[in-house]
Amino acid sequence: MRMLINVPESVVPDALRGMAAAHPELTVDVDRRVVMRRDAPVDGKVALVSGGGSGHEPLHGGFVGPGMLDAACPGEIFTSPVPDQMVAAAAAVDSGEGVLFIVKNYTGDVLNFDMAAELAEDEGVRIGKVLVEDDVAVTDSTHTAGRRGTGATLFVEKIAGALAAEGAPLEQVEAVARQVAGSSRSFGVALSPCSTPAKGGPMFELPPGELELGVGIHGEPGRERRAMMTAGEIADFAVDAVLEDLQPEEPVLALVNGMGATPLLELYGFCGEVHRVLAERRIPVARTLVGNYVTSLDMAGASVTLCRADEELLRLWDAPVRTPGLRWGV
Amino acid sequence: MSGKVTNGAGGSGDGGDGSEGTPELDAAFFARWMTAAADAVAREADRLTELDSAIGDSDHGGNMRRGFEAVREELGEEVPATPGAVLMTAGRKLVSTVGGASGPLYGTLLRRAGKALGSAERVSREELAGALRTGIDAVAQLGGAVAGDKTMLDALFPAVEALADSGGKDFEAARTAAEQGAEETVPLQARKGRASYLGERSIGHQDPGATSAALLVAALAEADTAVEPEGDADGTGSAQGGSGGSE
Repeated sequence: MRMLINVPESVVPDALRGMAAAHPELTVDVDRRVVMRRDAPVDGKVALVSGGGSGHEPLHGGFVGPGMLDAACPGEIFTSPVPDQMVAAAAAVDSGEGVLFIVKNYTGDVLNFDMAAELAEDEGVRIGKVLVEDDVAVTDSTHTAGRRGTGATLFVEKIAGALAAEGAPLEQVEAVARQVAGSSRSFGVALSPCSTPAKGGPMFELPPGELELGVGIHGEPGRERRAMMTAGEIADFAVDAVLEDLQPEEPVLALVNGMGATPLLELYGFCGEVHRVLAERRIPVARTLVGNYVTSLDMAGASVTLCRADEELLRLWDAPVRTPGLRWGV
Repeated sequence: MSGKVTNGAGGSGDGGDGSEGTPELDAAFFARWMTAAADAVAREADRLTELDSAIGDSDHGGNMRRGFEAVREELGEEVPATPGAVLMTAGRKLVSTVGGASGPLYGTLLRRAGKALGSAERVSREELAGALRTGIDAVAQLGGAVAGDKTMLDALFPAVEALADSGGKDFEAARTAAEQGAEETVPLQARKGRASYLGERSIGHQDPGATSAALLVAALAEADTAVEPEGDADGTGSAQGGSGGSE
């Protein structure tokens, strides 16, 4: 497996140095592994801090900027960050209005953010927390670590970020974040495995001619493996899996997300199929975002995330955002 | 001699024999334990990663090695004065460097065990066993796992049982129990952590967390047989004490 890297050990800091070079509007602390808005803390604004394992870019560092996150804490590849990172980030971006932690539901992320919340509160920072657990491929049961956090993270970060930018207090920002997390569901498929630099090869076996239905963003398996399907068949399966759980009565926000190695041409083709299925199910689509946003290194495949969106959520979705990975209205 | 028997956390109160509760283990012993653990993790890192690639995400060896090398470095600069402080320092370092679930879980194990040992300059083997029990219970609570969930606890529970059965003396028995516990995770289905998403597909693979936990217990036995720099710690009954060869 050929990778555009120096050595596997330095992939994360190397990428952070590159981010710093490309984005002078951000402060990138390579040693402490924190990506921040250069103008943080922003007076009178609740700050949003997220983070997680690296390998999902542009999530989370690429979503730092006005209208979205104030700071992101990248861990090692597919490994949650350590509490020190979130404590440093919270202290650096808190304006006194408090900090909202946005956490994807993985055991490591939850434990490290919990420890960080405790430490930051000891230092006098008010902390709110929202857990994103949107992946319907794994059920929320006592037999697993629960639903995984995937594409809905983007919706939560964008919409809560917009409300925070308007000067809403921590309780309200946390409430809207929870509303978005609770109103969003996702389903993903893998057409090829991803390869981590440390391993230098595929993380799991996926025989040619097969796909993994319900794959997670670390290549975790989902519901089943089947012979390769068409984009239309995959859209039917994925959208129905989401709708079964979501049962929207309002229009939806749709994210058609690439896993990293699927060309935009294919993603748009898939997006057309997703819209066809939603039209057949009589679900109006209010907004659609297509692209590689919550990725899994070089995995081929896609995920669909739908969010039940009322007028207020749509207004916040449309609000200006200026980050490396997402920007409009500015 | 055995007058200073503080009632460790366990409070099992079984009438031990003569050497019960001799506070023979000092901070240097605990530092040796952590160093032996760092050696074991470094030696076995590739195997841990290999096991993790079957049912996880292929990073357990690298993460644990990074953490224990940081512990080694920290203790190499200065060994804290008490056994409790050694474990708490090591635990904090793991939390700060490992990441993932393993960082908080191993960090909690050592920090809570260290806290249970208090500020005594020397502790007995019984007290160590009691403190380990406290740390392991804290891990179970933090991770929400029980025995048989295919986690590090499946090595730690049997180890601490074996230790308790021998009045805290038999580190070798603890090692054997931990290694056996780790091997016995093979037929189990994971119910916690990332491997749980595999469901039945997690069956047939040894749990990487249980495997690294067994290394930590094995390191305890190794620290016990290693040569003490200045063997003045009386080492009452322990037949293995100062048996030579440090490796």
